[in-house]
Amino acid sequence: MSIDIQSKPTETPSKDKKWVGSKLNRLEDKRLIRGKGNYMEDLKPLPNIHHAAILRSPHGHARIKKIDYTKAIDIPGVRSVLVGDDIRDWVKPFPVVADNPGKYFPMAIDKVRYVGEPVAVVIAENQYVAEDALDLINVEYEALSATVNIEEAISEEAPLLHEEEGTNVAIQRNTKFGNVDEAFEEADTVVKERVVFNRFTCMPLETYGVIGHWDSSNHAANIWCNFQGPFSMHAVMAKALGVVPNKLRIMVPSDVGGGFGIKITIYPYSCLITLASRKAGVPVKWIEDRRENLIGSSSGTDRVTYMEMAAKKDGTITGVRYKIMDSVGAYIRPPEPGTIFRPYGNYSGPYKFRNVELDLTAVMTNKVPTGPNRGYSCGQLYHALERTVDKLAHTLNIDPVDLRRKNILEPSQFPYTTPTGGYYDVGDYPAVLNKLLKSADYKQLLKKQEEMRKQGRHVGIGISLAVDPAASNMGYMDVGTPKDHSNKERPKSGSSEAATITIDYGGGITVTLNTAPQGQGHETVAAQIVADQFGCSPYDILVTTGSDTGTRAWTIASGAYSSRFSGTAANAILMACEGLIVKMKKVASHLMECSTENLDVIDGKVVHKEDAQLSMSLKKLAGIIHWNPTILPDEISNGLTHTSYFSLDSVKPVDENGRVNSSGLYSFAVDLALVEIDKKTFELNILKYYMAHDIGKSLNPQIVEGQLYGGMLHGLANTLYEEMVYDKNGQILTGTLMDYTCPTSAESIDLEIDHLETPSTLTPLGARGTGEVATMTVPAALTNAVNDALKPYNVVINDLPITPSKLFSILKEAEK
Amino acid sequence: MQENTHTMNITVNGVNYEKEVPVRKLLSDFLREDLGLTGTHVGCEHGVCGACTLFVNGEAIRSCLMFAIQADGADVTTIEGLERNGELHPMQESFSECHGLQCGFCTPGMMMAAIDFLKHNPNPTEQEVKEGMSGNICRCTGYKGIVDSVLKAAPLISKLETKSKVF
Ligand code: FES
Ligand code: FES
Repeated sequence: MSIDIQSKPTETPSKDKKWVGSKLNRLEDKRLIRGKGNYMEDLKPLPNIHHAAILRSPHGHARIKKIDYTKAIDIPGVRSVLVGDDIRDWVKPFPVVADNPGKYFPMAIDKVRYVGEPVAVVIAENQYVAEDALDLINVEYEALSATVNIEEAISEEAPLLHEEEGTNVAIQRNTKFGNVDEAFEEADTVVKERVVFNRFTCMPLETYGVIGHWDSSNHAANIWCNFQGPFSMHAVMAKALGVVPNKLRIMVPSDVGGGFGIKITIYPYSCLITLASRKAGVPVKWIEDRRENLIGSSSGTDRVTYMEMAAKKDGTITGVRYKIMDSVGAYIRPPEPGTIFRPYGNYSGPYKFRNVELDLTAVMTNKVPTGPNRGYSCGQLYHALERTVDKLAHTLNIDPVDLRRKNILEPSQFPYTTPTGGYYDVGDYPAVLNKLLKSADYKQLLKKQEEMRKQGRHVGIGISLAVDPAASNMGYMDVGTPKDHSNKERPKSGSSEAATITIDYGGGITVTLNTAPQGQGHETVAAQIVADQFGCSPYDILVTTGSDTGTRAWTIASGAYSSRFSGTAANAILMACEGLIVKMKKVASHLMECSTENLDVIDGKVVHKEDAQLSMSLKKLAGIIHWNPTILPDEISNGLTHTSYFSLDSVKPVDENGRVNSSGLYSFAVDLALVEIDKKTFELNILKYYMAHDIGKSLNPQIVEGQLYGGMLHGLANTLYEEMVYDKNGQILTGTLMDYTCPTSAESIDLEIDHLETPSTLTPLGARGTGEVATMTVPAALTNAVNDALKPYNVVINDLPITPSKLFSILKEAEK
Repeated sequence: MQENTHTMNITVNGVNYEKEVPVRKLLSDFLREDLGLTGTHVGCEHGVCGACTLFVNGEAIRSCLMFAIQADGADVTTIEGLERNGELHPMQESFSECHGLQCGFCTPGMMMAAIDFLKHNPNPTEQEVKEGMSGNICRCTGYKGIVDSVLKAAPLISKLETKSKVF
């Protein structure tokens, strides 16, 4: 059997069918299925690379009295040991947007504030020796009491993590939009709800990896790492390391083994390993192990939300108050405290209400610092909002679907500016909802549930809606800028991306990106876009991804996060194609002696519109431009390389009323789940799961489906399985995959997926984001479904994860 | 501290090697570092995720839980050995066609585990695949593409001559 996967796309576009929108099998797969990927651990970019092992704090909170590493350094093969004292003069704290952030360095100095905090780094000739040496470092600690619970950490009696700040509250902002107080005074009904969202980690299968090289002759840092962007973190790193921006070069390999947000916050380790290189005088490599990853890299935020919702008797929601408290761990690790600000523009979700109060607090606790986790704080947001909408429905005795239908935005309201500043360009939310209800046969489902209940089964139906924000605005954090430094001096905005395309002397097309993907298929989609523009096969196009800030075009916003590729880079690629086509048409018009207006690009040729016989292949044109440029007019420059930048114009700086369009693009999603609580095991069985979306134009439906399934599993892990558990001393109890239990194929579920494609009006390709949306709807839909199942017992469960043991206790209690 | 070493003989993907190896070196590290076979990935180093799965003497094992010298004299097949004479293994083809991978980090171990699973159950149902493959973790795909890939590969593998089935 001879198999050439490259010639067997799932769909082959015909003349009038485009590659964009087709289910093209991925180009990346060619190397990945052969074990020929190019991941961080596989790299050997320099000679004499040494290896690092990190000694980490065993205490949740303690003072470091003394570190003695004399025995460690004596082991043959150990080159050096880096401790907090070494870095005092070499680094500045990471710059943070918060009022009382404390000082955050790449490793502990004087004090440790979470289990897993780096205390010393051994640099040795190999990993085994470096780890041997860790055992011989003697650290004397004075243990301090810890605080791990959000609401306790805020109290006066709580131990202080950063004494100099006098509080564990890193930042708090209270802002009102519309007439919230009036809405609540005039409401017929006010419902209140407290919901708790668990701390869990995205745990990509590939851990962090860094090679740091301190170039002492140039006072420069060259860093290889599996960073996912945003490259605004480049500025954070340059500042901390004390290097000017062009002396910090970040390189990301073409293959990264998953990210989901956690690899945004690799940079403290990128700095740490570079400091280790500075001390040791050799390049240093560090590959995080799984235990380090679970205790010391980054996690999503655990959150307590107090919700209040005001409504009229007919179910019209008139106002919402959010009191949000996030446990951001021991330090504020940028882009934190973005967790409280990231969904600023979509705090009202898909609903019409105009009165919103945001009371947002980030609290320091003796836990690992947090960072973005797929859906960056939108899982938390919609879990709280959709639980409260259900409570309102329950209180008013209105069907939850009818209540939502009453309150969601109408198509005629678009483009819609939300009370908090979000800009939703276009959409038909009721149509998406209807699509879902039709697929699910909602009425029939209600009947079925009734029948099953009669048989004594605990069956529930849950629905959730979400507006998914993609392509974050580089300026959204300015809503949190401390009041004493006005952000007016240096406002930020934009969500941009770059792409470079080169056509070589043989007509070969190379696309170079700085998008640092982690499995999202950027190479494939880039090739689809280019193939359509030039009329060639996507398999003939070479796409280079990863990153190199030293040699490629990139922007502050570059990277693969915030579901941004389809709405940003994809458009930059399109524009770069257009730039090259303009040039090639100019050359062709000169050679063919006609106007560029009369020329088209079809099937890899520049063709005369009126006379198809008159044509020149792109290959031939490229050959002439490279080999024989002197025959071309002076105004045509040499070479065939074009770099384009695309920026979403709708993402402006924070306005004078404190409102911001925090994201460039907003998708819409509805999920519906039918679940059953097993009466013997108290496990939750998901009997049916439906999704309907409007993500705009789907560039590759196969990749879109993969993203929805991946996001669903992330949400499932969040809702039912995963939690980072700490005891009262800040000791982490889930430090291995034996205790931190991830869903496997046995727990996976099937989805019924519907799409409505309303192309975005803000991007030439019409696409929005997809990769995170399911993480925003799944926790809410499942929690609502479980509570619907529990309804006959008059009990409520609002804290995640919903485990069999919690269901067991709550049902046993109810039966009494 | 002097590293204890041992000289071992091993056949990997049909090639015979004689190497001096520290006795405590893991098989996964040995393959990656000493033989340059970086297709075997290490996701947890404690035997849970399955990313490091490969075949030793026809048995699927977790190479992070085995010392290299335990494979002295063994015949090993890694992901790099699946393609034979320029022909992909049906499992590789199916993974690509069914979008069974995204980041690709779990993929080598996942495909090895899948081949092993089909060896014991050549004609599985979807539910059997879901249960049989539950020893390997994937964080990207939600498992949908993986389950589809294994189901698609099953009849193709059954048709292969035993020799080229890898195990
Ligand atoms: S790396 Fe061997 S099982 Fe995870
Ligand atoms: S494809 Fe990324 S972990 Fe499976």
